[in-house]
Amino acid sequence: MTAQPTGHSAGAVDRAAGDVATSGSVPTPASAQDRGRQLAAEARQGSRRSLARLLTEVENRTRAAEAALRDLYPLAGTAHLVGVTGAPGAGKSTLVAALVAEARTGGRPVAVLAIDPSSPITGGAILGDRVRMQQHSGDRDVFIRSMASRGHVGGLAASSVAAAAVLDASGFPLVFIETVGTGQSEVEIASIADTTLVVQAPEMGDEVQAIKAGLLEVADLVAVTKGDRPGADRAASHLRGMLTVGAQHDRAAGDRPRPKRPEVMLVSGVSGKGVPELLAALDRRHAARGASSQSGSDAERARLARADAQLSGILAERLRQRLHDAAHLPATQATLRRIAAHEIDPYTAADELLRSLGE
Amino acid sequence: MTNGTERPIKVLIAKPGLDGHDRGAKVLARGLRDEGFEVVYTGLRQTPEMVVSAALQEDVDVVGLSILSGAHMTLLPKICAGLREQGMDDVLVTAGGIIPDDDVAQLKEAGVSAVFGPGTTIRQVADYLRSNVKPRET
Repeated sequence: MTAQPTGHSAGAVDRAAGDVATSGSVPTPASAQDRGRQLAAEARQGSRRSLARLLTEVENRTRAAEAALRDLYPLAGTAHLVGVTGAPGAGKSTLVAALVAEARTGGRPVAVLAIDPSSPITGGAILGDRVRMQQHSGDRDVFIRSMASRGHVGGLAASSVAAAAVLDASGFPLVFIETVGTGQSEVEIASIADTTLVVQAPEMGDEVQAIKAGLLEVADLVAVTKGDRPGADRAASHLRGMLTVGAQHDRAAGDRPRPKRPEVMLVSGVSGKGVPELLAALDRRHAARGASSQSGSDAERARLARADAQLSGILAERLRQRLHDAAHLPATQATLRRIAAHEIDPYTAADELLRSLGE
Repeated sequence: MTNGTERPIKVLIAKPGLDGHDRGAKVLARGLRDEGFEVVYTGLRQTPEMVVSAALQEDVDVVGLSILSGAHMTLLPKICAGLREQGMDDVLVTAGGIIPDDDVAQLKEAGVSAVFGPGTTIRQVADYLRSNVKPRET
């Protein structure tokens, strides 16, 4: 599973793998679709330049990206997608950099998708997660890509799932998806990652914070960072105490959705303390999930949730496109005006529009 | 589905070399954010290789280099050459910081498209980038 996709011969490209000259000399593709498929083939052959360009297409949700994903999706699905989330400044980027370093000692290629928020006012963004990951910049088998959230709420960008699939299919068996700094309830990451790692800094609240619903509930693992600081071990044991309480209910719950029972680990991204143990715990989870593919398992549920999230997103977008295409735009605008004027309720309007699309 | 033209322009702001003065780079990064750009900031003390690798992975439209150490005649041409080597000839390279007027011609020859000295406003930089970034295929 960790093998690079070598020996794969995509008909469209015969260039040797490498980063060199994938732009200037590329023959002009006949269409956006061809360009996307070519980028996909080159990315799989190891061209980092083409991989980067493809991720741009994915972010922009172009036709080229769609064509590429049609080719790549069947080839993805083996990588371990680890969601890393937590409050701003909790130490997510530093911890990810340390986990990447640890994974590299074992020789595994690693990719990182680091998402930072876009301005709701100007659309601009500061993507600053690379600052903490500089140590990996000379390493060809570490691919770090920053993404702006571009108006998507929930801690990710709209195209994060697709971008992760591209990295998966391009030969990265381990992909970290670092969310924007989250508050208490940005839990979207849990529906797209295989494993959700919640990063918590010490001194971020008492035991009541630990029993609140939301982010900590979706954690498969909790990393208490800054483990070199005084008080960090106490924060870890508080969390451990409170999060295991949920485990008691767990057994009695029967068919109801059960709370998770996250392992709480104390780490220091700066000194590296606890990082090998954390990576080992992540790997154990991935191995266990691979083994439990039968229906009804947590792994199966997670995969279905991810499929649902992707499908819903695409359906919603397709629907929006149709409502805004030349044939439907006048009716859509008229309906919007009626809703705005409270002449019709939005539910009835939605039903009407859906019926008119079906005709 | 949007086409590529609506994409915000993506800029890498990097500080090559050994000087630790990144206030200017941070102010510019922040200012460009307010102008609607997506700005990747990589921090201090970047080697030319680090800058090129970040530009490649991030697929940026612009590489903005801030340098006050005096090493611009060595580092900037190296970065331009590195980008060309990776097939990134279409990336716009600009520089700012303390760069003597006498050096500008030679830097431009090396591939730096504009040099912004002290006193340049953020609006001037933003306008320059908007009108000079190479459009992408859509």
